[in-house]
Amino acid sequence: MVANITSLGRSGLYDWMVQRVTAVVLAAYILFLLGYFVATPDLSYADWNGLFACTAMKIFTLMALISLSAHAWVGMWTISTDYLKNSVVRFLFQGTCGGIMFVYFVWGIQILWGQ
Amino acid sequence: MLVSVYRYNPEVDKTPYMQDVEVDIPAGKDLMVLDVLELMKAQDSSLSYRRSCREGVCGSDGLNMNGKNGLACITPMSAVVKKNKIVLRPLPGLPVIRDLVVDMSMFYKQYEKVKPFLINDKPAPAIERLQSPEEREKLDGLYECILCACCSTACPSFWWNPDKFLGPAASIQAYRFLADSRDTATDERLTDLDDPFSIFRCRGIMNCVSVCPKGLNPTRAIGHIRNMLLQRAT
Repeated sequence: MVANITSLGRSGLYDWMVQRVTAVVLAAYILFLLGYFVATPDLSYADWNGLFACTAMKIFTLMALISLSAHAWVGMWTISTDYLKNSVVRFLFQGTCGGIMFVYFVWGIQILWGQ
Repeated sequence: MLVSVYRYNPEVDKTPYMQDVEVDIPAGKDLMVLDVLELMKAQDSSLSYRRSCREGVCGSDGLNMNGKNGLACITPMSAVVKKNKIVLRPLPGLPVIRDLVVDMSMFYKQYEKVKPFLINDKPAPAIERLQSPEEREKLDGLYECILCACCSTACPSFWWNPDKFLGPAASIQAYRFLADSRDTATDERLTDLDDPFSIFRCRGIMNCVSVCPKGLNPTRAIGHIRNMLLQRAT
């Protein structure tokens, strides 16, 4: 077994599963939004605000945000372990990606529940 | 026929170079690539390559021919020559020892990692461990691998992580022993494979399937291993 401490779940199977499940959630979220745009041709600010004020939409959006973070971590981690051979550079890259994902995640929560 | 061949003798050459050689092909014959190499060696005996059985059984003469890996002995010129020219290079991704001869240590190390032998902790029966025809059938499409390395050296994931990713050849061997009814070390074998590199670094681009000279499907074997891991863990 190849040792690794920077992958999401440290298990190949876990990362593989996470990437697939989160992909399904993201696909469902994107399809839902596309469907919403098609069904609401004259989209106003009030419609948009109303949609995101709904608890179900908040849960769905939070689920999509968590999925995006996990999906991106597995993907970016894989890219970094393929192409970045210097371990310091690789660790910095992974740290930067993790930081950006965390910022997006907190920012997303603020958009959903902020003022 | 113009043959452009990769030449590198570390004792003489500072860097590798491509040598263009004009080879007279006997009229009306569709030679195998290996035959052309033999004709070239008759002209210049310093040209190095591996070969043995000349019939696609030993797996020695894996080469990159006009950009695609294959066995020189069973690849007819008509199948690879473009515009009356052929470019011959060593298998990509492995260190070159000389000309078309590559160092396969990393490839064999991955093969060794999957413990390519039957492990059975039960006492040996008096005669043999029996297998039903159905159980034996599960090994078809797995045991035929001749370890020529055409697949693993066509795999970008193996190029980037040859020390961590098993590569298609070792993966198909791993499944060959996981699928064998006479092997009792299934759990230990699966545990050894459950990391983000060994088996999961495969991205399913199927270069291995497209180059395998024996027509095997390592991508499918990797899929079966993932399914076994999934079933064990859910």
